[in-house]
Amino acid sequence: MEVKTKPTVQASLASKRLNRRTVDSSGIYQRAIVGSFTKLNPLTLYKNPVMFVVLVGTLITFALTIEPNLFGPQPGTRLLNGLITAILLVTVLFANFAEAVAEGRGKAQADALRRTKQDTLARRVLANGTTEEVSSTQLRKGDTIRVIAGDLIPGDGEVLEGVASVDESAITGESAPVIKEPGSDVASTVTGGTRILSDTLEIRITSNPGEGFIDRMISLVEGAKRQKTPNEIALTVLLAVLTLIFLVVVATLPPIASFVGAPVSIATLVALLVALIPTTIGGLLSAIGIAGMDRVAQFNVIATSGKAVEAAGDVGTLILDKTGTITLGNRLADEFIPVGKHSRREIATIAWAGSLFDATPEGKSIVKLAEREGAAVGYNPDGAEGIEFTAQTRMSGTDFGDSRMVRKGAVDAIKRYVLNQGGQIPADLDAATERVSRLGGTPLAVCEGTEIFGVIYLKDIVKPGIKDRFEELRRMGIKTIMLTGDNRITASVIAQEAGVDDFIAEATPEDKIRVIKENQAQGKLVAMTGDGTNDAPALAQADVGVAMNSGTQAAKEAANMVDLDSDPTKLIDVVTIGKQLLITRGALTTFSIANDVSKYFAIIPAMFTAAGIGALNIMGLTSPTSAILSALIFNALIIPALIPLALKGVEFKPLSADQLLTRNILIYGVGGLVVPFIGIKLIDLFVTAVGFA
Amino acid sequence: MAFSGFLQIAVTIFLMVAIVPFLGTYMARVFQLQKTWFDPLFDPVERLVYKLGGVDPNEDMDWWAYARALLISNVAMFVPVFAILLLQGSLPLNPNSISGMTPDLALHTAISFLTNTNQQHYSGETGASHLTQMVCLQFLMFTSAATGLAVGIAFIRGILGKPMGNFYVDLTRSISRILMPISIVFAVVFLSQGVPQNLSAITEVKLTDPYTTVTNGKTETVTTQKLFTGPFASMESIKQLGENGGGSYATNSAHPYENPNPFTNLFQILLMLAIPTSFIYTFGIMAGNKKQGWVIFWTIFALFVVLVGVAATSEYFGNPTLNAILGTANPNFEGQEVRFGWSQTALFATSTTGTMTGAVNGMHDSLTPMALLVAIFNMFMQVIWGGQGTGLAYILIFMIIAVFLTGLMVGRTPEIFGRKIEKREVALASIIFLLQPIITKIPLAIALSIPGLLTLGNPLYRGMIEPFYEYISAAANNGSGLGGLTSAVPWWNYTCAVVLLLGRYVPIIALLALAGGLQQKKLVPETPGTLRTDTPLFGAVTAGTILILGGLTLFPIAALGPLAEFFANLAGKTF
Repeated sequence: MEVKTKPTVQASLASKRLNRRTVDSSGIYQRAIVGSFTKLNPLTLYKNPVMFVVLVGTLITFALTIEPNLFGPQPGTRLLNGLITAILLVTVLFANFAEAVAEGRGKAQADALRRTKQDTLARRVLANGTTEEVSSTQLRKGDTIRVIAGDLIPGDGEVLEGVASVDESAITGESAPVIKEPGSDVASTVTGGTRILSDTLEIRITSNPGEGFIDRMISLVEGAKRQKTPNEIALTVLLAVLTLIFLVVVATLPPIASFVGAPVSIATLVALLVALIPTTIGGLLSAIGIAGMDRVAQFNVIATSGKAVEAAGDVGTLILDKTGTITLGNRLADEFIPVGKHSRREIATIAWAGSLFDATPEGKSIVKLAEREGAAVGYNPDGAEGIEFTAQTRMSGTDFGDSRMVRKGAVDAIKRYVLNQGGQIPADLDAATERVSRLGGTPLAVCEGTEIFGVIYLKDIVKPGIKDRFEELRRMGIKTIMLTGDNRITASVIAQEAGVDDFIAEATPEDKIRVIKENQAQGKLVAMTGDGTNDAPALAQADVGVAMNSGTQAAKEAANMVDLDSDPTKLIDVVTIGKQLLITRGALTTFSIANDVSKYFAIIPAMFTAAGIGALNIMGLTSPTSAILSALIFNALIIPALIPLALKGVEFKPLSADQLLTRNILIYGVGGLVVPFIGIKLIDLFVTAVGFA
Repeated sequence: MAFSGFLQIAVTIFLMVAIVPFLGTYMARVFQLQKTWFDPLFDPVERLVYKLGGVDPNEDMDWWAYARALLISNVAMFVPVFAILLLQGSLPLNPNSISGMTPDLALHTAISFLTNTNQQHYSGETGASHLTQMVCLQFLMFTSAATGLAVGIAFIRGILGKPMGNFYVDLTRSISRILMPISIVFAVVFLSQGVPQNLSAITEVKLTDPYTTVTNGKTETVTTQKLFTGPFASMESIKQLGENGGGSYATNSAHPYENPNPFTNLFQILLMLAIPTSFIYTFGIMAGNKKQGWVIFWTIFALFVVLVGVAATSEYFGNPTLNAILGTANPNFEGQEVRFGWSQTALFATSTTGTMTGAVNGMHDSLTPMALLVAIFNMFMQVIWGGQGTGLAYILIFMIIAVFLTGLMVGRTPEIFGRKIEKREVALASIIFLLQPIITKIPLAIALSIPGLLTLGNPLYRGMIEPFYEYISAAANNGSGLGGLTSAVPWWNYTCAVVLLLGRYVPIIALLALAGGLQQKKLVPETPGTLRTDTPLFGAVTAGTILILGGLTLFPIAALGPLAEFFANLAGKTF
């Protein structure tokens, strides 16, 4: 069946929405500054063992600032203790700030999402039969609305009046529109987010806004009760253990140091401890996690948990519906098949004439193909009039001034049209139709008056660039499987053209589950998209299930992510974001631990000058005091310096694991060794210049 | 002199590498219960052992059953040994009338040999009867080495997802097919080179060249010497092969009867390196990925060569203060055997501390500061080949941590050999990392804080290292010691006994639990997106993890000990 849509403003709106949304970030930083202080509460801070230790250290050095000999006579001055206290406090505040900024952006995202969702306009039918334009948020259960061709249906409802074609491709995966009319069970319900393509419908709204599934999920994203992901928990364990190891190392130092005649002050020990424990990653870890969900939200995808985003990075198999994901929803003219005694050129000319006023992608593609075939302009366009596609006629065309009428449309509709006018059906029409169907294309018959000229082969068009994306995925070790209702032949044609690794033709929802289970049995994590109620079990079975917002409630409940734009291609972006999240976490951990080497070389020689190990001061820091201060200041400043990276995520390139490792080890491992040497030296020069050395 | 010294080292290391594929393949066959040439010889013996012990050799154990069997059998071995040590004075085979050990010394000695450590707070000549040497010490040398191999092999099986095996079978086959045959061959070799093997009492012989000595102002001419001998050739081979290190004599392999000549010295070095190096190859075979085995091997090899190089260079340049005073450029000779010299001493010291053997052919208290640092680093890390069986397990633990830290950077949650590393794995690996500083630094801090507790041979930096070395040697189940420390006192016997037990059994249980958990996990298939662990790059990452994580915990004490001494030495400071 041929599909016609009016060119509408909605199309451009939709493409705009696909871009990353920018959120209103004003006030985030002010709120985050307040947040960094309220987060000092030890009752909440203890969940972050690294920062909790820093806070305890701060309290100890604070006490030593007030009474330097609190724990017995100590080397070191009140001024130094005071400075250490200040830097440690700032370290904790910076870490809190990172988390608060990330949370603030999450909140802003949630607000923005809510606004996008609620921006739809609706025409509410008043008692007197006239309509008023209201925001979809103002619609209530029981309201009656009118939607006309091109509108996005603003909410779930039931058709009261009218017959119209509705594009539910996002729900069914089928690019062909469905007819909606009152009375019948399936045909009378419409879903919010689907688009009416022709005619007008009157609909009674069946759910209040803000009570939908998405609304509940947005509040989930915004809610501060974020659960740590499994990998984050494991990493927290490791960071806590490293902290504990350094605590043992530092706590056992005083007797050793005293024995060799180089006693140390408690404030210096606290400074050493804080410099060694992984404060950088400890301070940024939760910000990275929040930012990961936030980045997903920027793509208009809501994740129910950080776990789902993390799992996305691990996905080994992507199961993709053909329509809308791999192919464009629209089909484009690929070939003219003449029937009867007509030539290719003739059918091209007639098809061109019948598509003069057709602004749909299909119509335009017919014109283009016809011109390539050398269609001659044999008609006078003056006085011609376009005939719109309607759900009743299921065809469109052109009426010329000289009373010639060209029609193109579904084969059976054209047949009926010709027979009604007393025309003949060419014997080879069915064969041509069958051939196109076998290839998985959509046949479109063309006639002028009572004469059928042939069939237009409308072909599924693979999305431009999708082949490259699949190639990238393959390099990352991700297998792609295409699912389609098409027959094997069509499926194999598309599969080869798109470059997927595998395909399942004539797929049923049960096939989806079977494929998921098979892949999971091989130990792979599986991601898929779905929308129909019959997709729900598969979405629940998949490790990453992305439901389309336009999908049914059951699908959305079963999924762990919902795409507000209902664009299944985004599954690939979600995988990338998941990987980026993990890489960012690993990169900053590696960086943080590599930093310790230089901090040792700064602090240890400074602490134990009495032991004659001044030669280890390879950075040539001015004095023990400036060495300790510089290392601590670097330790504090590196946190805010890395906040942008933590929030934005490390740049992700689709490379093989070995290439990624080489690249990231060089940047964050070797970089983490080298950068602090330079940073600490520069800070030392500054500290010396201002006279604290 | 420098050339010949380093050439000796190079030749020894070359031979070490040459052994690896052969012994590695053989051990893989033994532990995969595959056919070997020796089956007709060993099969009936082992069947008898299983029958006597009531063991069903076909029973597969889960990790906890394996650990339980290990602990029970170790306790069962401890009890009689402890009793004999207490009562050796009134038991047979005691021609030199050596009296029973005090309870604290007996406890320490029994635990020390049970844990494959062989830290000796007694002296072989005066503290152990022939019965003790044979029935207690040599017995435990076999069983403790076999226990280590069993843990290593069970760990390998677990992380590769295979059934963990049967502890009794692994213990038996380790002894019957690996330790016993090689030990017998080299016992004969050592015997032929002059290592005694008898049950004689001390014999007094006439000196061919009498000498005079001044004692309390009285001049005395010494004409005879007492020679202490015993069943030692058989002990010598398993002492080295099994990473035991407990010498028949107090001076260990520096004694001419234990290590008579350069050839025996070469064999002793190769014997102690043979199993831990080859075991890595065994792992490669069992993983079905020899490349993985070689990557691990060459990674540790690189670290080993650097450490040997540091130790040897340091010994070669000797003591700068002393050389400056004498106006010479001599290598370090203090505490060394003239027969072996700086290069063989440095290589032996690096190998013995790296492999957790603990035998010495020179006095470690006389090592130059940087060579001492190498010895301490080796024992702290326990991966520069590492102990019998457990060494490889520790290396793999470091790989797991390396994968966990860097694996995220390829955009996937970390996995090793196709199995996910999650909270449980990190927690269990952490126990091993955390244990080392806790059981070494805390007792050290306590010991240093109690005034008058320690009797040390040196002041300041070297003085502080003496007790630290004792604890780190106990914790790592190495067994070597610094002579300056007076260790035969209850404080050292009791605290070291605790450190020995914790240092041995806590990691063993953690390792088995970790392997048992990984074994249960689903295998994630390998794709181009999988972090490969069998590449030189990952070898370098593992080496970096070992150096940074190990260095970070060791650095403060290294700075206050060997490094401070090194700089003082350079500056010509004397103590």
